[in-house]
Amino acid sequence: MISTENVSFHYTAGSNVLQNVNLQIKDGEFVAIMGENGAGKTTLVKMFNGLLKPTVGSVLVDGVNTREKSVAQLSRDVGLIFQNPDHQLFAETVREEVAFSLRNFGFKEDIIQGRITNVLTTLDLDRYEKSSPFVLSGGERKRVALAAVLAWDPKHVVMDEPTIGQDYLQKDHLRNFIVQITSQGKTVVIVTHDVEFVAECKPRVVLLSHGKIIADGPAAEILTNPQTLQQASLVMPQIASLMKNLKDFNPPPNIIDAFSAKAFFSGKLKGRVAAGAPTQRR
Amino acid sequence: MDSPIHRLDPRSKFILTIGFFVSALMFTNIIALLVIFFAQVPGIVLAKSPRRWLRSLRGGLFLFIFIFVMNVIFGTPIVTALAFAIRFLAIMSAFSFFFMTTSADDLGLALEQIHVPYSISFTFTTAVRLVPTMAVDAQTVVDAQRSRGLELDKGNFMKRIRNYIPILIPLIISAIRRSVELAEALESRAFGASEKRTAIVTLKMRIADYLVIVATIIGLGLAVYVYLRVPLPNLVIPIQIPRLF
Amino acid sequence: MPAIEAKKLSFTYAGGEKPSMENVNLSIEKGEFVILTGPSGCGKTTLCRCLNGLIPNFYSGELKGELVVDGLNVEGRSTAELATHVGFVFQNPENQLFSLSVERDVAFGLENLGVAKEEAIERVRWAMEATGILDLRNKAPYELSGGQQQRAAIAGVLAMRPSVLVLDEPTSFLDPKSAEEIVEIIAKLSRELQLTTLLVEHRLDVVSRYASRVVVMDNGKIALDGTPREVYNDKARLIGIGLPKVTMLFHLLRSDGFQVTNPITVEEASAELRRLLTQ
Repeated sequence: MISTENVSFHYTAGSNVLQNVNLQIKDGEFVAIMGENGAGKTTLVKMFNGLLKPTVGSVLVDGVNTREKSVAQLSRDVGLIFQNPDHQLFAETVREEVAFSLRNFGFKEDIIQGRITNVLTTLDLDRYEKSSPFVLSGGERKRVALAAVLAWDPKHVVMDEPTIGQDYLQKDHLRNFIVQITSQGKTVVIVTHDVEFVAECKPRVVLLSHGKIIADGPAAEILTNPQTLQQASLVMPQIASLMKNLKDFNPPPNIIDAFSAKAFFSGKLKGRVAAGAPTQRR
Repeated sequence: MDSPIHRLDPRSKFILTIGFFVSALMFTNIIALLVIFFAQVPGIVLAKSPRRWLRSLRGGLFLFIFIFVMNVIFGTPIVTALAFAIRFLAIMSAFSFFFMTTSADDLGLALEQIHVPYSISFTFTTAVRLVPTMAVDAQTVVDAQRSRGLELDKGNFMKRIRNYIPILIPLIISAIRRSVELAEALESRAFGASEKRTAIVTLKMRIADYLVIVATIIGLGLAVYVYLRVPLPNLVIPIQIPRLF
Repeated sequence: MPAIEAKKLSFTYAGGEKPSMENVNLSIEKGEFVILTGPSGCGKTTLCRCLNGLIPNFYSGELKGELVVDGLNVEGRSTAELATHVGFVFQNPENQLFSLSVERDVAFGLENLGVAKEEAIERVRWAMEATGILDLRNKAPYELSGGQQQRAAIAGVLAMRPSVLVLDEPTSFLDPKSAEEIVEIIAKLSRELQLTTLLVEHRLDVVSRYASRVVVMDNGKIALDGTPREVYNDKARLIGIGLPKVTMLFHLLRSDGFQVTNPITVEEASAELRRLLTQ
């Protein structure tokens, strides 16, 4: 479990980037931390692996205060994947790039080679094994960065803005991938402001604004509340807006994705056909 | 930051700085050098920057002591050695004062207006503009690699040096990528299109600037006069440091 | 005469094995607002770079075919020359701001072109007002938010009075609200100034309402070209572009057997559903 107790943080005294943040993320949960640029989302997740220590309050990872462990020790359990893969790629081959992390954590060489092969296969990168990471496309480089972190199998995986610059298919793969690792019991935390992506994944959503948590709950609840969304500079997912416009038709509350919406409207329309309304069917 | 000094044209301020520089080089007499050093204080006060100035002096403390000690070891009389150290401080302080009270923007403009080739003044302004950006990049790279288990503070000397490779390479590559993007954008804004570049903002010398230049000339004249004509008392501290060399 | 006319345009980057863009035929009339979209690597950025001369001047390679922009054949013309006809706004706001103040940055292009001081000052003021950043004129680029930085970039491009505006994923780094604001500004400017606008975007839900035309590229070729309603069909979905969610909903209803239209905005979808449920 990752928990923050009354955490406040400032770089310079007088301007708090985070204020009184109380958050608990259980093992295996899938959480999206959302909010406007500058709300403090990245600052918050940097506390999960000890890169930043709170000015006030404590962060506990699996029961241990982050002040008592080094970043390397904490990273063994909390894998943080940064937004821009170019900030970490440096090796001559993709294989070496993934090996770097494993060597840092002290894995034995024969185990390292095996793990690299596994993770590259999982992420569909095996054909690039001997390529230089620098010649790969943007999306492929993002996957290499992901592989480099997953290779050491951290219990908790934190991704900072994983959907920026990705096209629809890439986001689809990412979504499926997250489903896969959460089913394996990993905790997944994503920092994002992509409401449509979150509407499709339906994680727990924590909204940050100006360093404070202003909402915390299931995606379907949070993404349908216009006031809190407005405060966090987010927009309502299209389906949620649609359902609001048609609330006089009594849809079930908090529908935010196209499939659930279709189920509802399909039912209603079929009902009307059955009642003799002149809706044509092919 | 704003003050009468900050608002002065960088060109007049630079002339003033050179004035202090040249006067300091002229003298080895400790009294003269102390005068030159403290003559900068009214300017510092007018610029509302006493604390920043003192901090910059603290940066020069090591060299100050080094110069003093080295001179004494090689046989220079104590007072003269002190004078040399104070001369260094006076020069450092004068340049520090210039950069403290001149924004990078104004500096770039000044370079353009004294007809430094545009490619040079542009490189300068861009470098300054990129400093905060690259600083953030550097911190991000360090954070990202630490999050992969890289420990920068462990290991022997050789290991620590090697540990900086995963920091330097992404930084350099990020810098190159950024430069390419900047270059594309520059081209798209017609960079280099015309030999005759116009500028919408120009620096104008005002009365205060001319006064500063006149004051500098007078000050320099005074310094030359004192150097040539006025016998300054030679202070001596009668302590004999055993000659080591 | 069309504002942009490409005939059999193909380009292979130096060292590339196959063309990044192949046999592109595209004709865009003056004042049209066109969305250019497609999966990563489909050639949209390559096409944009041809419009202002970055290809082949900055990016070397083999360029074949014909391209006429704003009445000029781009062949043999430098980017500097084309800059007064085609304005280019890039993805990353940080890397297209050069000066230490917004005002000087907006003036940058004009200064490069040697435009007379008085005229430059007036054009800069106009551009900053048009993009709503007049009050930010003295701020440094790093002090601005992403949305403000992109507005400054757009102002800097507008000041050069191009007749064609190309924007390559300008909302990528912006939060949803800023993204909507920027697209609204772009649409407004495009309308008021009669600018031919080519907007490359993945976020079709935000931009569809403003465009009269969508061009979808796939594997270097143009796959679809028409109004948003025409283009957001099954083929588009198969190519893998992210259709607006309400459009997706209607695709699902259609596959359930209902005969429905193809709305592209929430308003259209709401109206259509309301009609269907009450008739």
